[in-house]
Amino acid sequence: MTPDLDQLRADLLAAIDASAGVDALEAVRVHALGKQGAITGLLKTLGALSPEERQTVAPGIHALREAVTTAIGARKADLEAKALAAKLASERVDLTLPVDRAAPGGVHPVSQVMDELAEIFADLGFAVATGPEIEDDWHNFTALNIPETHPARAMHDTFYAQPRRPQGEQRASAAGGAEAPSDDGGSATGAPQSARAGQSPSPSDGAGAPPAGPEQDRTAQRFVLRTHTSPVQIRTMMTQQPPIRIIAPGRVYRSDSDATHTPMFHQIEGLVIDRGIHMGHLKWTLETFLKAYFERDDIVLRLRPSYFPFTEPSAEVDIGYTLEKGRRVVGGDPAKGNGGWMEVLGSGMVHPKVIAACGLDPDEWQGFAFGTGVDRLAMLKYGMDDLRPFFDGDLRWLKHYGFAALDVPTLSGGVGA
Amino acid sequence: MKITLGWLHQHLDTDATLDTILDGLTRIGLEVEGVENPGEKLSAFRIARVLTAEPHPQADKLQVLSVDAGDGPLQVVCGAPNARAGLIGVFGMPGATVPANGMLLKVAAIRGVESNGMMCSTRELELGEDHDGIIELPADAPVGTPFLAYAGLDDPVIDVSVTPNRQDCMGVRGIARDLAAAGYGTLKALAVPVVEGIGEGPDVRVEDAAGCPAFHAQAVRGLTNGESPDWMRRRLAAIGQKPISTLVDITNYVMFDLGRPLHVYDMAKLDGGLVARQARVGESVVALNGKSYTLNGGETVIADNAAVHDIGGIMGGEHSGVSATTTDVLIECAYFTPEAIARTGQKLALTSDARTRFERGVDPAFLDQGLAIATDYVLRLCGGQASGVTKAGSPPTDLRTITHQPGRVASLGGMDVTEDRQRDILERLGFAVGDDWQVTVPSWRRDVEGTADLVEEVIRIEGLDKVPSTPLDRPAGVALPTATPEQKLERRMRRAAAARGLAEAITWSFIADDEAAPFGGGAWEVVNPIASDMRVMRPSLLPGLLSAAARNIKRGQSSVRLFEIGRRYLADGERMTLGIVFAGERSPRSWRGGKAQGFDAFDAKAEVLALLEAAGAPVANLQVMDGAGDVFHPGQSATLRLGPKTVLASFGVLHPTTAKAFDLAAGVVAAELYLDALPAKRGSGFMRAAYTPPALQAVTRDFAFLVAEDVAGDQLVRAVRGADKAAIVDARLFDVFAGQGVEPGHKSLAIEVTLQPGAKSFTDVELKAISDKIVAAAAKVGGSLRA
Repeated sequence: MTPDLDQLRADLLAAIDASAGVDALEAVRVHALGKQGAITGLLKTLGALSPEERQTVAPGIHALREAVTTAIGARKADLEAKALAAKLASERVDLTLPVDRAAPGGVHPVSQVMDELAEIFADLGFAVATGPEIEDDWHNFTALNIPETHPARAMHDTFYAQPRRPQGEQRASAAGGAEAPSDDGGSATGAPQSARAGQSPSPSDGAGAPPAGPEQDRTAQRFVLRTHTSPVQIRTMMTQQPPIRIIAPGRVYRSDSDATHTPMFHQIEGLVIDRGIHMGHLKWTLETFLKAYFERDDIVLRLRPSYFPFTEPSAEVDIGYTLEKGRRVVGGDPAKGNGGWMEVLGSGMVHPKVIAACGLDPDEWQGFAFGTGVDRLAMLKYGMDDLRPFFDGDLRWLKHYGFAALDVPTLSGGVGA
Repeated sequence: MKITLGWLHQHLDTDATLDTILDGLTRIGLEVEGVENPGEKLSAFRIARVLTAEPHPQADKLQVLSVDAGDGPLQVVCGAPNARAGLIGVFGMPGATVPANGMLLKVAAIRGVESNGMMCSTRELELGEDHDGIIELPADAPVGTPFLAYAGLDDPVIDVSVTPNRQDCMGVRGIARDLAAAGYGTLKALAVPVVEGIGEGPDVRVEDAAGCPAFHAQAVRGLTNGESPDWMRRRLAAIGQKPISTLVDITNYVMFDLGRPLHVYDMAKLDGGLVARQARVGESVVALNGKSYTLNGGETVIADNAAVHDIGGIMGGEHSGVSATTTDVLIECAYFTPEAIARTGQKLALTSDARTRFERGVDPAFLDQGLAIATDYVLRLCGGQASGVTKAGSPPTDLRTITHQPGRVASLGGMDVTEDRQRDILERLGFAVGDDWQVTVPSWRRDVEGTADLVEEVIRIEGLDKVPSTPLDRPAGVALPTATPEQKLERRMRRAAAARGLAEAITWSFIADDEAAPFGGGAWEVVNPIASDMRVMRPSLLPGLLSAAARNIKRGQSSVRLFEIGRRYLADGERMTLGIVFAGERSPRSWRGGKAQGFDAFDAKAEVLALLEAAGAPVANLQVMDGAGDVFHPGQSATLRLGPKTVLASFGVLHPTTAKAFDLAAGVVAAELYLDALPAKRGSGFMRAAYTPPALQAVTRDFAFLVAEDVAGDQLVRAVRGADKAAIVDARLFDVFAGQGVEPGHKSLAIEVTLQPGAKSFTDVELKAISDKIVAAAAKVGGSLRA
């Protein structure tokens, strides 16, 4: 090692360290390692040396080249990192600025509650059935043991319906110009599926009005907007062999309007027809369903004898509530504190005449039926106090009382959202 | 139906408290809807004696009294002219509120003299109109005791909801009978007076035996029709019946007491005898409500030689109604057939307390007693002389017999009740029970028709709270889906739409005529709508959603995205439909996006395709075709079809005229998905087809074609995609250009084609061949490769 090399090394390393940018560094590199570079020059001298001399001198030169190369590489990486950091620093944005929010979609509370109820009743083995809303007099009244002159008809505030023009002149398509969507994709009111293995549902005429089928000769074809979901009982019993377990949710209509009554609302009907079904089963089913729906074990029910033409015996069912901060909260025994009873549903054992009207033998088959307001159940659980906004489509209300798309009621996740 | 506790006690011997009775009524099916004690407002008033009365030093018309209300003398200033020493009256202590004017009594100085309460007039206590002076009670009235109890005003009024099957409980006695059967006391015997009539009964006949099987009548002559006694007036007033005159009050009292409607005719107004007959077409009668009713013919009426005097069993006529000058009356106690009454009442839209009872079926075996009780009241309260009784026709008094099966109480009612107890309950309710369980139904229980009814009688009296909860068996076998495919589709669509930022609305099924008109007018209408704008069953979901959108915009919402899933009502059925309406801004003005953006037809298309995809529809196979209809913008709307005929959806920009009709600005976008038209999912089982990923990567090639302006982009893409079905797996249009460099009347469409090689990579020759096929296919629809 000669003093010349030591000096050169020190000078070069200092120059590398001192280079302020990539260009300056490149100049140092050319000065040291370029074709005319100092180190390159030293390497060229080796060829003229004897092997012995070369062995003495070469390692020092090679080491110098190695050290300088490494230092240049390190300095280069360092400079590049600094340059990138400076560039990124210049790219800073104000992330407090707002972003576009996705439109707030949601599910209507009535739909949510219907899904909750379907989930609860599926666990009890109840299938979901539907029927037409423009219903004939026979299914809505007569078959349910409500003849023309029955005083109970007055309790129903019935809307009557009629075709606007003779059939055949109708524009089937909503859009006016489009051809009618085919109906081979299934109707809105197909036959309910059985919850039981091995039973195939029989076809239903349910979709349309006027109805085809055996009842046609029994009715004068007077149509009503169904006043309750009970005609689905009839349609189910006429098309399906017992045992039957169904719920039938849907729109119903009565000519009534105030804070708790609207001319259109939603009901859910339950029907069980089997052998040996009695009031005790009805009571258990209602208790189980209401406890599951409100997710409370302290639900207290009071069955009161009542009257519906299509059930015998009949009972109205009150649910106990307690007052919390001035609001009625379902649950708790009214006998034990501040609270009271609220009527929530009507029920009873299906009247033998109704079973017979559907072509079943009332001595063999019996069961219970119940009906309740879906909107009312929603109000009791989620705290709305006025029914009218349910059907207004007010986005503010829908946002306040609606449910997120993914709040799907499940038994494992809880039916309440 | 309202009753009072005191009235109930007249029929029911019981120690039960009010609360026990209220609870009992509800327990046995006579739901208590409310209870109030109108006497409660008098609870702070006491009977008091005026000890001394001196002139007021400052006022001529006032006196200063010393009053003893049980706690020693109190100084009271009083302005009543009849106030004097020794008078016993009604005194309100400081703290009491005067019912008539709501004034709270306080210790106060009146013209400089302290007064410690008030002696009250009849009007101040709302007991009558008299305000000439303070109340004067008899000398034996117990001073210091509550006035309420003394006056018999402490009588709570109970509002009982009687279900339509229980006509027997539309009288106080029937309710008492039910309570007695349930163990809340003993039913007192009903005293039926024996009326000594003189001479023949009045001339009444039955011609319409179907509508009026029995018409009993008795005349009372030489009576005076004044004001009925206090006790009767008070009871009627308590249950909401305005006292009118003794004769009218008697008929009302007997009806509410015993469930037996009656009618009284002024004989001076009658022309000859009365006949129960069918009305003739066009006959009319002015009823007691002052309204004139024209009869269609066939209604059961009561008429004399000249006119109709009673719409049988519903309402009497004004002409022969009794008045203050009436001296001779004919009392009618008839049985009208429920179905006939119901039909007539419905037809005339006429309700009355009598109709309510007759159409539910009054006790056909109670005519004789009912008439005797009524006549007895008339004789006692109005004087006069009774005639004999005429009984025209005969009521249907045959009793029904049912074979009871005691075991059904457990097998249907779910409750174990011993046979002895069952027998006891039925007998308490008036049923006759034979040793062989042949049960004879009492004449007043027309509603009991079979075993199920007897089961109800037993369990309602025993108490539904005693029915033990019994779990349903779990259905055998594997739990299958309980929702139909249609219901599952509906749920999936709902959640997909909500996830995409649409808010679910529920709108009315019925809409206004003018809302329905652009959508084909609708196939069904409500005959008796609740409002004229709720008359037509909607043929489309859009009118309801458009109205809702307009309301939201009016409330200041800048962006509205609504959807609804429900039925549209067509001539041939009810179809599940999903409607969408977008109004206002798609995106608001923003620092990134600049100006606010409106919605366009492609927003609707994107929404429809996304939802159809969520529904599992074969989206790639759908064709976009015209025909969305007149409610849409003719150039910015379309249908999506599966094959040429099956329309799955309509979408586009709304026609400005339609938007305006719903009070919306132009630029509203809407769509309707016909869920009933979606093809059912095929296939069964859970296994999917076997899958192997392609060995080689796909390659893409870009093509640009010139086509005439009116060539639909989709047409070119389809042609390209079909050019080589083995190699081409996708073709995607990514640019549309017209302008510089493109021949006028033409446009350039750029398409990215994705090619999937099989086992080996494409050779250049193969790629050239595919490319040629693509160019040839494009040429068939008028496309030429852009140079």
